[in-house]
Amino acid sequence: MPEAGGLLELEGVEARYGPVKALHGVSLTVGDGEIVAVLGANGAGKTTTLRAISGTVRRSGAIRFAGKSVAGRSPEAVARFGIAHVPEGRGTLSELSVAENLRLGAYVRRDRTSIREDERRVLGHFPWLGDRGGQRAGTLSGGEQQMLALARALMLRPRLVLLDEPSLGLAPKVVAEIFRIVRELNEREGLSVLVVEQNAIIALEAASRAYVLEAGRVAVEGGSDELRRNESVRRSYLGY
Amino acid sequence: MLLAIDWTELAQQTVIGLSSGGLWALLALAIVLIYRSTGVINFAQGEMAMFSTFIAWSLINHGLSYWEAFLLTLAISFAGGIGIERAVIRPVERAPVLTIVIVTIGLLFVVDGAARWFWSSETRSLPNAFSTRPITIAGVAFSIQDLGNIAVSLGVVALLAVLFRFTKVGLALRASAVNPEESRLLGIRVSWMLALGWGLAAAMGAVSGMLTAPALASFDQNLMQPVLLYALAGAVLGGLESPLGAVVGSLLLGVFVNLTGTYIGWIGTDLRLPLAFAVILGVLLVRPSGLFGRPSVRRV
Repeated sequence: MPEAGGLLELEGVEARYGPVKALHGVSLTVGDGEIVAVLGANGAGKTTTLRAISGTVRRSGAIRFAGKSVAGRSPEAVARFGIAHVPEGRGTLSELSVAENLRLGAYVRRDRTSIREDERRVLGHFPWLGDRGGQRAGTLSGGEQQMLALARALMLRPRLVLLDEPSLGLAPKVVAEIFRIVRELNEREGLSVLVVEQNAIIALEAASRAYVLEAGRVAVEGGSDELRRNESVRRSYLGY
Repeated sequence: MLLAIDWTELAQQTVIGLSSGGLWALLALAIVLIYRSTGVINFAQGEMAMFSTFIAWSLINHGLSYWEAFLLTLAISFAGGIGIERAVIRPVERAPVLTIVIVTIGLLFVVDGAARWFWSSETRSLPNAFSTRPITIAGVAFSIQDLGNIAVSLGVVALLAVLFRFTKVGLALRASAVNPEESRLLGIRVSWMLALGWGLAAAMGAVSGMLTAPALASFDQNLMQPVLLYALAGAVLGGLESPLGAVVGSLLLGVFVNLTGTYIGWIGTDLRLPLAFAVILGVLLVRPSGLFGRPSVRRV
């Protein structure tokens, strides 16, 4: 797995909500074509890490993507770098139809013909979405909304997808399906993914490497196998 | 009273009701547009429309024809709406709703004062947008002006519907209004979309004002105050969250107010505004979400 000169590099990133500091110097990298997981308990700073990257929280420190600095950029600008953030709660544009959600996924792109191509390709991964084009996105089930969110993220033709708790509130079968698609995208299309998960078991299965956050700092990092063998990680996050 | 229905008169009064209702609908739509994206009622919407109408009056006074002035005023109002949003709303974008409401009320007084300062408070009039001849349809005489008002109102509504439904910027406007945070992650410049919404609202208000004024023998800076109240009643009736509701609500209200004023002697013209208030009160008591609004359900 490529590691040196990663696609995404965070160095000493701090973030705060008002006066409350949520990240105390997080450093991590995601290599090109790699799936990396961020694990940790509630409030450890997992979601904040993703938000620091996309600029939806005030942050400082170095954030580089494909060699360019994205620190200090607004969320609108970060999306234009080719970073698709699927936020907690899926970010469904609830009033809009499924088809409109997908169209807005490609909002920053100008290349009409390849957008149409991408739509076909994306619908190949989620065939059922094609039949639901006219349905209001807010009326989809939780699992369907999560898949729509992923499909919409792909419409950006992103180099990196930030996935926040894709398993949240979903049945195990649906979670397995979502991770199957993520791995498929990674293997076939070389998509890089930074995924935040409470469900460490399934995240470590998909990811090649992972970071464990504790109180806004990276506590443990390593390859997925290595982490699965780590005594404290096993006890705290894998539950055996 | 009901026994003596004169169908010709009923048809005529209905069209008159639709004509004023259509003009209220434009302002109601402007209010709903901003309500959906900002969460507040822009109390200055009526005064902004009045200001636009005065601009049209000045342009006509400088020799432009009514429709030339109409189009130019639309463009100026659109730009002005964007400018106002950037200047006074943007600084309080993230402030509590009450703060923004107070800013719009302040804006009401500033725009009103500016109009009184630029243009003296003597009364003036606008030429008619349409022929004042009557036209006979199926044996009933209607005023071309009323039919023209209805056509322009519905035309503007249709244009807006196309914009919102079929264009990329329209989709982005809708997305930003309901899911601003999520929209930013898709690269939509939500803050600019708000400004664009203000521009569109100002332009719609301008249409409303420029069609309201010619029907009056004369007008002054109070031109749009009753229209704003009717528009609010129409928007509440239709559901403040629903653009379609604002249009249907205002048209229904126009017909209702006009017919009750015509057929119930003691209401006449004096009690029409209180009647609109009664509608607001009734809707808020019986069905707060209006005819087309969804009862608000918030996930916690």
